[in-house]
Amino acid sequence: MKTYKLPIYILTVCAALTFVACGSDDDNIIEQVTCDDGIQNGDETGIDCGGTECEPCVTALDFSGDFVQEDASGRPGINTIFNDNDEDKNLFNVTIHADKGLFAQKFEDRLEFYHDIYAESLEIDPATFNYETNILGLDAANFTSLLANTDALQVAPNATTTYYDGTNVLTGRTINDDVMDVTLTLMFGGTSGTRFDGNNDTPQLTSDGVDFGDRSIGAFPYLEAPNSL
Amino acid sequence: MKKMKLFGVVGGVLLASAAFFLTSSDQVDAPGVASTSSDIADLYAFEGDDPNNTVLIATLQGPLTPGDVTENAAFDEDVMIQFNIDNDGDFIEDLVIQAIKRDDSMYVFGPVVPTATGLVGQVETSGTMRQVKISTSDDVQITSEDGVSIFAGPRRDGFFFDSNRFNDVISGTAAPEGFLPPEEASDFFEDLNVLAVSIELPNSLLGTAPTHAAVAEGLFPEGSLPDAYNIWVTTKRKQ
Repeated sequence: MKTYKLPIYILTVCAALTFVACGSDDDNIIEQVTCDDGIQNGDETGIDCGGTECEPCVTALDFSGDFVQEDASGRPGINTIFNDNDEDKNLFNVTIHADKGLFAQKFEDRLEFYHDIYAESLEIDPATFNYETNILGLDAANFTSLLANTDALQVAPNATTTYYDGTNVLTGRTINDDVMDVTLTLMFGGTSGTRFDGNNDTPQLTSDGVDFGDRSIGAFPYLEAPNSL
Repeated sequence: MKKMKLFGVVGGVLLASAAFFLTSSDQVDAPGVASTSSDIADLYAFEGDDPNNTVLIATLQGPLTPGDVTENAAFDEDVMIQFNIDNDGDFIEDLVIQAIKRDDSMYVFGPVVPTATGLVGQVETSGTMRQVKISTSDDVQITSEDGVSIFAGPRRDGFFFDSNRFNDVISGTAAPEGFLPPEEASDFFEDLNVLAVSIELPNSLLGTAPTHAAVAEGLFPEGSLPDAYNIWVTTKRKQ
């Protein structure tokens, strides 16, 4: 039997070389790449990871380190509208949400200040141009307390989402909710919601006059493709 | 009233100064983050097309003008975008969903209980990790797996507001009319873009919803508002 071993080895090596030679020029070999073959092949960027077919190479990514808060957002426009100086605006962004009630009094002062500004520009005694309990039944203290103490979107998992639709209120924020008109109405609309709505010789302070316009809401990711030139 | 008037004059100057920079509902709200890669523009949170899902969208770095500014805008690898979910009404995050860029992709972790709450955090790599290639204007990439969909890339700014007129109104120069009628008003954001991170996930991953915060605060009668998560978004920069 020994006499046959050498020729068999030679034949085996030749056959293997032939296969490799053919395979190296054959696209089919790409199809044999797998994400669990223990080698980096195909378009993998690491061993059995990356590229178009395999999971990303997580182990190669560095997610370490401490991350420190720079900005925060709950309800829309609150920091912009109710904090009146740069120091407070910065502080509001780096105050944990559980402590934002600290801003309630400043918010209430700001709310009254807006009324004073407008009264003065209209040459009305500011004492007669004050905030009035709004359509949610909230007086100035309660309204601004709500804004500061609960500065988040309250998102109801089993209810219609709306910032305010006339019936439902504070169950989240959809893309086409007119959050600024709601905010202005809560600030200047008074108990009726129409206190300063531009009618009956009043200033228009409850609506900015713009709406969702020609935007649309599609399927996920819901926001439209970016505007182009 | 003298004190009030003096406050008004001083405040008016500050107001005019602050108003000049106003551009979006949150964006450029503070000089500390103005025009930086951590600047949040808006947060949206709503029921998905599938009513068993919640959608969370954070927009950043807006407003971006179309063209080169939008095409060149990029998420920052040092900035972690974190959706915070409060399940018990104390306004401390019980679950977080974090998004952070690496190479050409956005990596999303969670929802996961954070190892630390508050102003300093880490990427919670023990949470379920998902990945989506960051989209461009022409190449939209969405990853959907186990009922969770994620997207990151430029989008049209969904925020609408006549912010120029708002500046005039709060500075008193628009008196006595106030805001303009619809035919004269102008949506500042109509033609502008933002960078967006969108995540849609089953409510079952978000834990329980506590008593609505406005009810818990005693401002609304019990039972008048549905139970609701408290959700906010933060950006945190690597030190």
